[in-house]
Amino acid sequence: MEASVTTVSGGRSVLERSPLHRLPDQVLQWGLSALAAGVLVLIAYFFIRLIGQSSTAFSHIGFLNFFVRDNWDVSQLQASGACSASGNAACTFGAWALVLGTLITSAIALIIGVPVAIATALFVTELCPRRFRGALAILVDLLAAVPSVVYGLWGVFVLIPRLKPFQQWLADTFSFLPFVGGTVAGPSYFIAGLILAIMILPIVSAIAREVISTVPSEHKEAALALGATRWEMIRIAVLPYSRAGITGGAMLGLGRAIGETIAVVLVIGNSPKLGDQIFSQGYTLAAVIANEFGEAASTPVYRSALFAAGLVLFVLTLLVNIIARRYVVRSTTGKRMAADVVASDTAVQGAAA
Amino acid sequence: MNPEIDTKNKDATDVSSPDQPAGQPQQTAEPARRASTETKRTAHSVTVENLRAYYGGQESIKGMSIKFPANEVTALIGPSGSGKSTVVRCINRMHEEIPGARAEGRVMLDDFDVYDPKVDVTAVRRAIGMVFQKPNPFPTMSIFDNVAAGLRLTGTKSDNLRETVHKALRGVGLWGEVKNRLNEPGIGLSGGQQQRLCIARTIAIEPEVILMDEPASALDPVSTLRIEELVEELKERYTIVIVTHNMQQAARIADTTAFMLEGELIEHGPTNKIFTTPEDERTERYVTGKFG
Amino acid sequence: MTQLAPISSRRRRTDVIMRGVLGAATIVALVPLVLVIYYLFHKGLSAWSKNFFTTDPNGNFLGYPGGIRSAILGTIEIVAFATLISVPIGIGVALYLTEYGKDSKFANVVRYFVDVMTGVPSIVFGLFIYIVLVLARTGGSTFAAWKGSIALSLLMLPIVIRSSEVVLLLVPGSLREAALALGAPRWRVVARVVLPTSLSGLVTGALLAVARGAGETAPLLFTVAFAQSLTGNLNQSMNSLPIQIYNDIQSPRAEVVTRAWGAALTLVLMVLLLNLIARAASRRSRLG
Repeated sequence: MEASVTTVSGGRSVLERSPLHRLPDQVLQWGLSALAAGVLVLIAYFFIRLIGQSSTAFSHIGFLNFFVRDNWDVSQLQASGACSASGNAACTFGAWALVLGTLITSAIALIIGVPVAIATALFVTELCPRRFRGALAILVDLLAAVPSVVYGLWGVFVLIPRLKPFQQWLADTFSFLPFVGGTVAGPSYFIAGLILAIMILPIVSAIAREVISTVPSEHKEAALALGATRWEMIRIAVLPYSRAGITGGAMLGLGRAIGETIAVVLVIGNSPKLGDQIFSQGYTLAAVIANEFGEAASTPVYRSALFAAGLVLFVLTLLVNIIARRYVVRSTTGKRMAADVVASDTAVQGAAA
Repeated sequence: MNPEIDTKNKDATDVSSPDQPAGQPQQTAEPARRASTETKRTAHSVTVENLRAYYGGQESIKGMSIKFPANEVTALIGPSGSGKSTVVRCINRMHEEIPGARAEGRVMLDDFDVYDPKVDVTAVRRAIGMVFQKPNPFPTMSIFDNVAAGLRLTGTKSDNLRETVHKALRGVGLWGEVKNRLNEPGIGLSGGQQQRLCIARTIAIEPEVILMDEPASALDPVSTLRIEELVEELKERYTIVIVTHNMQQAARIADTTAFMLEGELIEHGPTNKIFTTPEDERTERYVTGKFG
Repeated sequence: MTQLAPISSRRRRTDVIMRGVLGAATIVALVPLVLVIYYLFHKGLSAWSKNFFTTDPNGNFLGYPGGIRSAILGTIEIVAFATLISVPIGIGVALYLTEYGKDSKFANVVRYFVDVMTGVPSIVFGLFIYIVLVLARTGGSTFAAWKGSIALSLLMLPIVIRSSEVVLLLVPGSLREAALALGAPRWRVVARVVLPTSLSGLVTGALLAVARGAGETAPLLFTVAFAQSLTGNLNQSMNSLPIQIYNDIQSPRAEVVTRAWGAALTLVLMVLLLNLIARAASRRSRLG
């Protein structure tokens, strides 16, 4: 226990900490690094397991057939997992109608949702009086706070019955267009797309808002000083500058629309036959998993086919998100975009500002 | 190679090439037809009467009156925060674009009050152009489109448009440097070129007055010189108000100079007089570098 | 008298029309919110009664179908456990990113994948856990509440990480340096300076994640499934509000559908309350 002023036991200088002293720091550093790495490893592990579980279905029907065959017909399937009718290995689980249904509903969601989201973002950032800005932004963000099952409930009991005459009117009036016409079913691609549009609106709008607010005021002033009206300023200074970021936001919205399950499964009609017009009943990849999961659980091939649908969904949304992030990052030079977590956490970003 | 360089030099220096059509009488013709730099034109004067400007509750211009004579360069000098930029931004009503900002008083373009409630601000800004401190070409537009931006708003036809854009670029001495890359982005130019591009964008719509808010403060000395030369040429056709923190610059280019302090006009007179025998003691202290 | 060249009526008209269109679109965007909330109260309030909150669904074909007690408590149990998992891990990863990883390559890889994780559909997280924990009968059970909690925590994790990172970056570097200059080791700076300073912001992020997790249905479908009665055993199936609503929607009985509206109103109010608290907390962090 002899104490010297300049050295501790072992002759080390006071400027060096004893290993015991440094230990908590190192534990923390390595612990946190391991945690971060663990999260990545976990996701990778899940991904591999999902591939493994899907392989049964892919080997049953053939990888490509899964996408291009339009014969998702589980009535052909017996408990053993074999096909009853043709005995042909490719007799069921052709997911073409589901893949296409996912794309159709997402496209409708983008066509309806993105223009409204951009317009909302422009109105909030460029036109509305300053004191209403925060409140309006929060209201739009609240759309993201409504759980998808609640949108589904509202869709089934309010939107579908109320919009049936409107859908029929649309179908009759625009029957000259391709994929429009005939008798509307009630639940349809259109209704699913409409609900998805509402659901992606807050995130697309939040990102558009964020991007638009980064347009330097000198560009806007340049336009105004040339005698541009407010709208002309938006057209020549604001929109061109924020185009990449808004595109990224729309892609993130697309990712959401592709993966949304519960609201869609409730309003799309869940018909494995590809509908011939947008007011027909249909199906999506996500919806089929949620809807048929119960029956499929005991039949390995069937279950595996649902996993395969999940895998396709996962890869699809992954790709869309990766592309979207390119755009969003590029548009906000250097600084990382904040609004892309979820629309509703702009509160945190607001605190950051 | 050589002939090209020759034409470049010719175009860059000779702004009054004879193949330009003669300028038409002002006021009557379409703006696009009038944009030529080689003829004199009587522009409008600007008179500021009892101007008060506020940011939120703060009064930053405290009742200022000043006349900017037609076809002259008037320099506004003063320490930072004295309200020079605010005055200029009040003249074309850009001040009110800042949230919480407002202005009172009158700003007369000849005998026309730009603060008249019936007046459309876009028309005011079209008649009173502005060049900003930092060059601000539209980043997504080509050189050509930048100059054409103001013209396109009014739906100028494409033949006229090309002609006017080329003239405006000649007018700022940029033609020789950019004529072979009109479709390249405007932000690819150097800082000085960008600022001249912004001036070209302003004169393309043929305003009466050009407001310049420290237009050379972000530029290197050579580019600054070119801007100063350009200002000298532009006053043939425009009334020019230039804010500067550079007193040598004011002395070099301004016909009259106004000294501002804390939101008030202290003294306004011929540039020579302001810099040699000012009447106010505060002006003298400022121009001799005792404060500011 | 001097005249300004007037702005053409076409331009003026376009300006007015486009302003009108943008304003109208904003109203259109808010219509669904108003309608959803209106119908929730309109149809949901009539379901509310004392019994509604104190009884469990009974599955009877006739008479009162039972209330949502087990669903509310189940949601609270599942989400609370998910929060216990995701918030410490999330803040830990965020601490790694802001205090240690910073701009290193690995930190940026982590950031990238965390970003990408936010876009993974919730149903996929449900499938992951179904494969890894339910099919494998981990813990001796198939469907179990704790498995649902893990699925939800996967979903909440990126939200916690991203919001925590934003908040931790707000702690001024000078504050950290001041503490380090006094000779405090890094972990103590983190524990005594960084975390307390950003506490309310961290709470905001956590609450937003909880609000998001509470409303999710799809991951629970594959991991917790459904049970009518109340249970405190996390290793069993459990009821939850989203699943209860999802099941009730598909019922032919009007009373059961009414229960779905009442449950949906309850769920939305819970989620909105969490959002409001989160916003209030973030406002405090702005002042502090």
